[in-house]
Amino acid sequence: MRRLLAAAIFAALLLPLAAACSGDSSSSLTIYAGRSSTLVDPILKQFAKETGIHVRVRYGDSTELASTILEEGKNSPADIFYGQDAGSLGALLAANRLTPLPGDLLQLVPEAYRSPQGLWVGISGRARVAAYNTDKLSPSDLPASVLGYSDARWKGRVGYVPPSDGFPDFVTGLRLILGEDAARAWLQAFKANNPKAYPNNLAALQAVADGEVDVALVNHYYLLRSLQEHGQGFKARNYYFSSGDPGGLINVAGAGILDTAGNREYAERFLRFLLSAEAQQYFAESTFEYPLAAGVAADPQLPPLSQLQPPKIDLTRLSDLQGSLKLMREVGLLP
Amino acid sequence: MSVLVLGRARARLAEAPTLTILLASLVAAAMLLAPTYLIVRVAGEGSKAWDIISASNTTDAVIRTAMLALAVTGASIAISVPLAWLTTRTDLPLKQLWTVLLVLPLVVPSYVGAFILVSALGPRGTLQDWLSPFGVERLPEVYGFSGAWLALTIFSYPYVFLPLRAAFQGLDPALEEAARGLGKSGIETFRRVILPQLRPAMMGGGLLIALYTLSDFGAVSILRFDSLTRIVYLQYTTAFDRSAAAALGLVLVMMALMLVLIEGVTRGAGRYYSQSQRRQPATVRLGHWRWPALLLCLLVVGIGVAMPVSVVTFWLVRGLQAGESIGFVQEAAFNSAYASGLAALVAVAAALPVVYLAVRHPSPASSLLEKATYAGFALPAITVALALVFFASNYAPTVYQTLGLLVFAYVVRFLPQAISACRSSLVQINPRTEEAARSLGHGPSRVFLRITAPQMLPGLSAGAVMVFLTAMKELPATLLLSPIGFHTLATEIWASTSEAFFARAALPALVLLALSGVPTALMVLREPAAHE
Repeated sequence: MRRLLAAAIFAALLLPLAAACSGDSSSSLTIYAGRSSTLVDPILKQFAKETGIHVRVRYGDSTELASTILEEGKNSPADIFYGQDAGSLGALLAANRLTPLPGDLLQLVPEAYRSPQGLWVGISGRARVAAYNTDKLSPSDLPASVLGYSDARWKGRVGYVPPSDGFPDFVTGLRLILGEDAARAWLQAFKANNPKAYPNNLAALQAVADGEVDVALVNHYYLLRSLQEHGQGFKARNYYFSSGDPGGLINVAGAGILDTAGNREYAERFLRFLLSAEAQQYFAESTFEYPLAAGVAADPQLPPLSQLQPPKIDLTRLSDLQGSLKLMREVGLLP
Repeated sequence: MSVLVLGRARARLAEAPTLTILLASLVAAAMLLAPTYLIVRVAGEGSKAWDIISASNTTDAVIRTAMLALAVTGASIAISVPLAWLTTRTDLPLKQLWTVLLVLPLVVPSYVGAFILVSALGPRGTLQDWLSPFGVERLPEVYGFSGAWLALTIFSYPYVFLPLRAAFQGLDPALEEAARGLGKSGIETFRRVILPQLRPAMMGGGLLIALYTLSDFGAVSILRFDSLTRIVYLQYTTAFDRSAAAALGLVLVMMALMLVLIEGVTRGAGRYYSQSQRRQPATVRLGHWRWPALLLCLLVVGIGVAMPVSVVTFWLVRGLQAGESIGFVQEAAFNSAYASGLAALVAVAAALPVVYLAVRHPSPASSLLEKATYAGFALPAITVALALVFFASNYAPTVYQTLGLLVFAYVVRFLPQAISACRSSLVQINPRTEEAARSLGHGPSRVFLRITAPQMLPGLSAGAVMVFLTAMKELPATLLLSPIGFHTLATEIWASTSEAFFARAALPALVLLALSGVPTALMVLREPAAHE
């Protein structure tokens, strides 16, 4: 009797396993989102609410989700890939997994922030900055160009984030602007200065505020969030590079429609929604990123996008990271 | 001679019930999915893969990683032996509470644990702040080998602490009483009589820790130690080079097999069961020694549990004060407990035929089956997850991204924990009782269920609890393989910490710890209390 009961309980536990959850792919939209759910879930829910479309979102690391789509091949359930950076979009583009977007949709975003082949479109942007400790430094102490951080004066005082989003793109930009040899020479000098590697932008920024390092090369918006969480007493501020300096690169979070998309109409509606004034306003206010569609202003604490003078680089060329990683390994910035 | 041995081995395997052989083979086949995937990815890129494997920086990484694995394993065993003894054989005050607390570091996700370690012990961290009035200008470097070693030891030693406790409980006190009767000192008795009997648990648990260290990504990335797994992750996340990542994954599989072989050799062919009837050993009175004993427990629990809990509570309070809205997490909590609970049950059920075959019908074949189940345990989680993405989406699309596949993924990742715990308890059981039952006319499955399984209970529950605790914090496979929209506590913590919303990560983290304490407490409370 007891054994029968145990078996019944076990069967009851296993029952839900058998019920495979199968969503109808044509009446719903499946998004693989490489962005934090904390950041984008509210706006994706808003889209579902406004359109009545059943939205299914899989959150994960941007690069891991791109790898997942590559492994899934033609059986991928995903309609949309919404990535954190041009790099993971580039990996899908290189594998011919993205499909062309309509011209009027692409037109919503300045040319610099979308794929020239029209295969993905930028949604929001982030600038590379030098975050500095306000106790130790003032903006006038900082070099105007990122190239100044290879100076012996900065030995052991600079933090950076080698593997994660931002720094490899910066290295690619450096190679495109300075050329291969000059980029290598600078990276070698930078490496010789014993910069401290951090696992992510936030850890690097925190290290700046704690005085562990004096300056860190990071993305702009972590500071605004830290200010929101810790108050104005947080001991770090951003320095924005100008005049097309390679340090001031702007990278984008963007989205594309996959070749496995079941319902293109829904997918396009979703991209249009992300570029609508409502969604762009959300990014400006909630994630402190730069809205990329025309007509929406960034957070007032930030210098306006139009005033930043990022280096003129085709972002699609940023998606070719191999050369940069090879270079970083060569000079010993990566294992 | 060898023919004779092989022949005997074959005979022993042939005596095993066919169903057991079949089940064990199925389990081993499932466990080989991830290594198979690596071979699929590397195949056709032969020379390139070889270039990556033979590159000098790969060799360096292998050596670095192996050193870390050995150091973490050694330290874990060194703290687990006294802790396991104290919590099973002595009159340590609040023994059961200490036991539960001492298991809990296992549920702290390594990326959270390492982050907290840096904020507490890093330059300008909390400890530095406290010590600076005393003139301490610099703490030892937390980044690199030492930090990774400390974090991995503190957050993975329960892998050996749990099986060691089970082993202490299964020891026959008659042996040590005999040794004492022959005039041996307490220490000599421990060294000559008790320690050798602990070897299966120590080696089995130590193997788990070494393999876990090979596979860990969270701690090494935050503490900046370039282990092989960190390099594999870089291949996926920055280069999208799946074949290079697979080639390095194969190196990890080789390292795992080597460790498994070493464990198999040191395990030896000794007998660990007693001939007499099992009874409870007498409790050792600690007297004044209870103070240093309590201090040791306090130190380990302090770093492994109290520190993470207080830092996370601090995040929560600071967030609440800043007016952050903290959402409820009961759905995520239920999902975590449900999926992990299923994984624990399935893992123990899957471990039984493999262990039974390997212990009761030892032969090269049964040993190979058992060792094969360990092959994937040293692999980075992302590799195992992508392997299952590949096989399920292309060859079993109906189960792809269902709860069943998620549970399967947990079992594939964590089965060795169940196998190790089950094995060390089965070897303590005298096969004569089983033979006696068989001779009375009972079938093998009845004997197993009525005689063997009940005696294995401490090992079975230790295995189930370990799988449960590690599945609760599992992240990479959960993100890629769960049903869409299925949130667990681990994914909630990740979603918040990855973008630095620490206040929002705090509540799921605390719930994760509390929920994990429940089965641990149940297991400890069910134990037969040592008599006074």
